[in-house]
Amino acid sequence: MALIEIKNVKKQYTSGDDVVEALRGVDISIEAGEFITIMGQSGSGKSTLLSVLGGMNHPTVGDVEMAGEKVYQLSGEKLADFRAQNLGFVFQSFHLIPYLTAIENVMLPLAIVKMNTAAKQTAARRALERVGLGAKLDRLPNQLSGGEQERVAIARAIVNNPHILLADEPTGNLDSKTSEEVMALFRELNDAGQTVVMVTHNPENGAYSDRTINLKDGMVVNA
Amino acid sequence: MKLHNISINNLKRRKAKMAFLTIGLMVGIATIVTLVTLTHSMSSDIERKMDEFGANILITPQSNGLSMNYGGISLGGVTFDQREIQESELAKIKTIKNSKNVSAVSPKVLGGVKIGSHDVLLVGVHFDSELKMKQWWKLFGDAPKTDNELLLGSDAAKVLNVSTGDTLQIKGESFTVAGILDQTGSQDDSLVFASLPKAQKLLGKEGKITLAEVAALCSGCPIGDMVTQIAEKLPDAKVSAIQQVVEGRLKALDQFKRFSYAMAGVVVFIGSLIVFVTMMGSVNERTTEIGVFRAIGFRKSHIMQIILLEAALVSLLAGFLGYAAGMGGAKLALPFMAESKNAHLVWDSTVAFGSIGLALTLGILASLYPALHASKMDPTEALRAL
Repeated sequence: MALIEIKNVKKQYTSGDDVVEALRGVDISIEAGEFITIMGQSGSGKSTLLSVLGGMNHPTVGDVEMAGEKVYQLSGEKLADFRAQNLGFVFQSFHLIPYLTAIENVMLPLAIVKMNTAAKQTAARRALERVGLGAKLDRLPNQLSGGEQERVAIARAIVNNPHILLADEPTGNLDSKTSEEVMALFRELNDAGQTVVMVTHNPENGAYSDRTINLKDGMVVNA
Repeated sequence: MKLHNISINNLKRRKAKMAFLTIGLMVGIATIVTLVTLTHSMSSDIERKMDEFGANILITPQSNGLSMNYGGISLGGVTFDQREIQESELAKIKTIKNSKNVSAVSPKVLGGVKIGSHDVLLVGVHFDSELKMKQWWKLFGDAPKTDNELLLGSDAAKVLNVSTGDTLQIKGESFTVAGILDQTGSQDDSLVFASLPKAQKLLGKEGKITLAEVAALCSGCPIGDMVTQIAEKLPDAKVSAIQQVVEGRLKALDQFKRFSYAMAGVVVFIGSLIVFVTMMGSVNERTTEIGVFRAIGFRKSHIMQIILLEAALVSLLAGFLGYAAGMGGAKLALPFMAESKNAHLVWDSTVAFGSIGLALTLGILASLYPALHASKMDPTEALRAL
């Protein structure tokens, strides 16, 4: 059985009298260990699809099943727990917490986990070492370059060993050289068994993935 | 990394905002502490003074309807030639249940005498207890020490045209004017004071008194109960509290108390608004951050914990600082507000714990809505990028 099954997902937004259909019946199946890029032009619905995948955006119609769990049948707080246990997020603007150091930012998902502090620190250090930032544990985000901040964001997303790593335009704010390094890092994580679903508008990023899903006007044009 | 680390780190980072919040709440708490402490200290000061020398219970004979005033205070019906109280009866006052609260008993005998061509009211007193009770008296000369010495009110001295050291004849006996009272503005100005035994003898009232003043007010003294207890022991006497004096002072203090509480209420309201607005602003500023927390699996309760812990820490600090500043303010203001120069600050642990508890409660209550608002943020909208 696929790790992620999206069946006939539709998402409508109402803006005054207008109804905007961001997703118009999307069906996707993603296997464990796959590296998927979701591509499409601005307004194609790719970010909406990622938020639906991330358990943060209830679809108007359709089912999302992940790791054997019907995600949107979970209650609000159970859904939060599901995100904590199964998903890792990398945001376009990194969204690191400015008053926490690199290691503290990485430990953030573990703040709500019953685990002793030493074990949390070990896990966070290991995650930072995996992304090549083992020497900058105590730096605040504003003391790090864009690429380094992105790596901290990736370390934060993988520190709790999620089933699925979701990334939204992770190279959107990076120069091309750093973008290549970050994409190589995602590839490396995937090679180690991490399932990755990435939204990107950059066709070059597609080359790092196993499969690209193209969205157009809220529909999958190839899967 | 635990939730409290997030709160503490945020407070450390947003020092200016948190300092503003702390000061806002601290000023509120300090004002309350100052007002409450001042009120307590002033109450204590007045009670102590009344305790020391203020008479507040009068014992007079049962009257048959003729009126008499003493010190501007209505004593009910008393006549000179009426029944008197036996002086020996006063010993019974020491046997009442609240006898410990009786600090002084000052018996008096009153009667009209002729000095020269003038009719004057002679008052026999025990000078020791009288001077203790009436510390506002200012004497020119000395207090009488022997039975043949007199103390004259200022008006009496003028009318009789005497000064200290002069001699007066009363019923054939010679008396020296030992002292003259400075103007008091009361009935004392027109009286002639002699020692109680001598006055009793001159007036033919040996062993009898016309009235007795009792000083009993002290913190928590049950004046009403004491009046009843004395009345039970002295069934032939009329026992009444000098309500005007006690109530007048306490009423003024009560008004100040009410004013203080009203002021405190306004300050607390403003303090709460400052906390509310600052916390709300802080939450709105941290929309993205809260979105990240929610996206990575923080529950609504986790978000509330973070915000409320921040509020609690700031409020605690504001409570401690507010208490210290309030006590400092009270100490500075007390000399200008209290009636006596030696009024001292009342240290009350209830005020200490109460002010810190109040700061904590206010801080948390005012942050409740911002925390709830934060916890309900939609992570997708909060992050916008998604």
